[in-house]
Amino acid sequence: MAYKIEKASEIADNIFEFWIKAPHVSKNAQAGQFVVIRIDEKGERIPLTISAAKDDLIRIVFMAVGKTTKFLSSLKEGESVLDVAGPLGQPGELKKWGNCVLIGGGVGIACLPILAKALKEQGNQVTGIIGARNENLLLLSDELEQDCDELVICTDDGSRGFHGFPADILKKKLEDEKIDCVWIIGPAIMMKITSMATIPSKTKTFVSLNPIMVDGTGMCGSCRVSVGGETKFACVDGPEFDAHLVDWDELMNRQRIYPSQEKESLDNFNEHHHHCRCGEHHHE
Amino acid sequence: MSKRDAAERILDFLEVDEGLSEVNAVLEATRCMECVRPACVKGCPVNIDIPGFISAIAKQDFKKAAEIIKSDNMLPAICGRVCPQETQCEGKCVLGVKEKPVRIGALERFIADWERKNEIVTPKTKKPTGKRIAVVGSGPAGITAAAELSRSGHSVTIFESLHAPGGVLTYGIPSFRLPKDIVKTEIDQVLSLGAELKLNHIVGRSVSVDNFLAYDAVFLGTGAGLPSFMGIEGENLNGVYSANEFLTRVNLMHADRFPDYDTPVLKGQKVAVVGGGNVAMDSARVARRMGAEVYLIYRRREEDLPAREAEVANAVEEGISFYCCANPVRIIGGPSVTGIECVRMNMGVLDESKRPCPVPMTGDDAKFTLDVDVVVEAIGQSPNPLLVSLIPSLKRGKRGNVIVDENGQTSIPNVFAGGDIATGAATVIEAMGNAKKASSAINEYLNQ
Ligand SMILES: Cc1cc2nc3c(=O)[nH]c(=O)nc-3n(C[C@H](O)[C@H](O)[C@H](O)COP(=O)(O)OP(=O)(O)OC[C@H]3O[C@@H](n4cnc5c(N)ncnc54)[C@H](O)[C@@H]3O)c2cc1C
Ligand SMILES: Cc1cc2nc3c(=O)[nH]c(=O)nc-3n(C[C@H](O)[C@H](O)[C@H](O)COP(=O)(O)OP(=O)(O)OC[C@H]3O[C@@H](n4cnc5c(N)ncnc54)[C@H](O)[C@@H]3O)c2cc1C
Ligand code: SF4
Ligand code: SF4
Ligand code: FES
Ligand SMILES: [Mg+2]
Repeated sequence: MAYKIEKASEIADNIFEFWIKAPHVSKNAQAGQFVVIRIDEKGERIPLTISAAKDDLIRIVFMAVGKTTKFLSSLKEGESVLDVAGPLGQPGELKKWGNCVLIGGGVGIACLPILAKALKEQGNQVTGIIGARNENLLLLSDELEQDCDELVICTDDGSRGFHGFPADILKKKLEDEKIDCVWIIGPAIMMKITSMATIPSKTKTFVSLNPIMVDGTGMCGSCRVSVGGETKFACVDGPEFDAHLVDWDELMNRQRIYPSQEKESLDNFNEHHHHCRCGEHHHE
Repeated sequence: MSKRDAAERILDFLEVDEGLSEVNAVLEATRCMECVRPACVKGCPVNIDIPGFISAIAKQDFKKAAEIIKSDNMLPAICGRVCPQETQCEGKCVLGVKEKPVRIGALERFIADWERKNEIVTPKTKKPTGKRIAVVGSGPAGITAAAELSRSGHSVTIFESLHAPGGVLTYGIPSFRLPKDIVKTEIDQVLSLGAELKLNHIVGRSVSVDNFLAYDAVFLGTGAGLPSFMGIEGENLNGVYSANEFLTRVNLMHADRFPDYDTPVLKGQKVAVVGGGNVAMDSARVARRMGAEVYLIYRRREEDLPAREAEVANAVEEGISFYCCANPVRIIGGPSVTGIECVRMNMGVLDESKRPCPVPMTGDDAKFTLDVDVVVEAIGQSPNPLLVSLIPSLKRGKRGNVIVDENGQTSIPNVFAGGDIATGAATVIEAMGNAKKASSAINEYLNQ
């Protein structure tokens, strides 16, 4: 079985949006969940967040950072990937919180639309804050304008919107109004630092953890994270957890188990890419 | 049996045991006394007509032998290789009292291998009943249930969460004990009976609980896929694996062939494997084949090792160093593993299992440290909670196992279960035996 890429585009610098036909996922997907994708017979299994689901299609948005995501980004509309498993993970706590703030950093912004829609449906007031290094790395801002009651755009270099970090906006908002729940999704270091802002007010804060996964079904323990002093499997107990209980340093260490292999794999890919694997790869 | 030389076999993942030759198989078959009340059959959880198939081998009618086996067991090449025969069929063989039991497992394997090379035997299926059955999991339990239920004429859909079928047969047991093309061939034969296999489908997630409970009957064979960890300091350091992860990376994802395959694994210079069962032996031998020096740490005595004797012997031959009567207390390093600290264990009073209970020693020389860069914990797995925890009305035991009656029926009338999800981590053939029983019970339930 192969899963067809119905639409593929580069929506920001090195960030790609794919719509893939996977009815078993799209029909059951909820905000906060992810899929595991394997491109071809020799491929690894990588987790990617479900950014939207519509009819038989799911949307994934990913940054090409290494071998697998680079290879994925080279696939064209009409081509397919060998495996899409999901939806995986616990859905987010989607209920009436009141005043919610959703923060996305970098490619983490991709996780917000499905979450914003779901929280709006529950009758929440939803503010989106998105941030990236520069305007070329911002994504989905038009869509989020629609999904959120208010959207604040930040860039580190001031090339668009507020010149600074989402954390600055969050801090200001916490001073000005009562916030009931915050979601922060992005690189680990960004989640760590941004979630510090809600410690003094003890505002409920969720983060979506991204340790290295294999099966994504709770079978291997590769994705273990320490939360509140307990070991959890992010793929089945999460990926969303209470930000204030996460052992961030451990998470960041565990994201760097295979740096030399990742480099070797990517170097090989860059060297051979157009010669060896294309013919082998699965077409429908 | 002809076993490849240890020095040669640690360089690859090819099968260790090369099986019986035709001459030796026929010779071995003539040893069987064709008992009228064969004890061996009672020892086989799927009740293969053992004297029947062995007698066919003695007459060199290999096709008939295959037909006899296949009518009770659709996975003979697998069982012939991985069944703990010494405690099952062969353990009961009357010849075992005075001399060696008939080598039933090796004969079964011989026939299965002959069949694969010569003429595939497919049992007949009954005419369609129009009943829809969902089988969850494609390990030995699920595959056997699918075979039995397809043969009964039901329309069977197997859901498997991974991208390949087989459960532990595929991701757990290494290819040097169970080559993966054999697993594939036997599963394909079961599928040829008519069952549909849906990979990448996690029941409870890709298929809602309501949808799958709506099938006429359901068989749960979701296994014991939840790895246990010791709960000691340093366990989340980089380089600490559960056996499940280590074996999955290699067996399912082929990390031993990185970078040709994309999944990485830390091969380690010096690897500590914790545990003494089959899973520990497999992990140690996999690590050895990837070039590491391997230490196996087990808290009881060597004679208490729960792994099959033959596998322990294989591990010893392959140069695994055993540290028995020792237990890890701490994994050292940061962010990567650099060592493992262990405490020596004294053997105390006999416990429930009639083995001395291990008690940590005290004092300065009670502790020792091994310099290692990879640790693999093979200390057990418990029933997979993913699906069963989503069905509150499904009664479960203390260890998370689904509670079933003697026919495999759960607390929900149309839901049956078998294999490791019901028994806790057990064996391939017990999972298959459970599944066969549950399948007959499903037939009865559907006929009511
Ligand atoms: C639940 C979850 C959801 C995710 N959602 C998204 C998303 O929506 N968009 C997106 O761009 N990225 C997402 N990621 C991260 C994405 O999985 C990695 O970027 C990807 O696996 C990198 O693979 P690679 O081979 O291209 O890069 P590599 O060079 O192999 O790795 C680059 C880095 O990515 C991480 N990584 C590598 N392999 C894995 C793995 N098997 N599992 C998890 N992380 C890995 C490591 O930290 C590594 O250092 C998510 C991760 C998780 C756990
Ligand atoms: C390393 C290792 C070595 C072993 N060696 C031996 C041996 O030599 N001899 C022996 O007899 N036994 C051995 N065993 C034990 C034996 O493999 C198991 O007892 C047997 O596989 C149990 O079969 P099962 O079908 O119940 O479960 P499994 O083989 O675990 O299969 C369960 C399947 O269900 C799938 N699944 C789980 N949840 C879901 C869901 N919600 N939706 C869809 N699919 C799902 C899983 O992905 C898996 O494929 C070994 C075990 C291990 C781990
Ligand atoms: S299936 Fe296993 S227990 Fe049964 S006869 Fe064959 S080897 Fe023995
Ligand atoms: S018990 Fe031994 S001798 Fe008797 S039928 Fe079985 S295998 Fe043959
Ligand atoms: S990825 Fe294997 S348990 Fe989470
Ligand atoms: Mg990679």
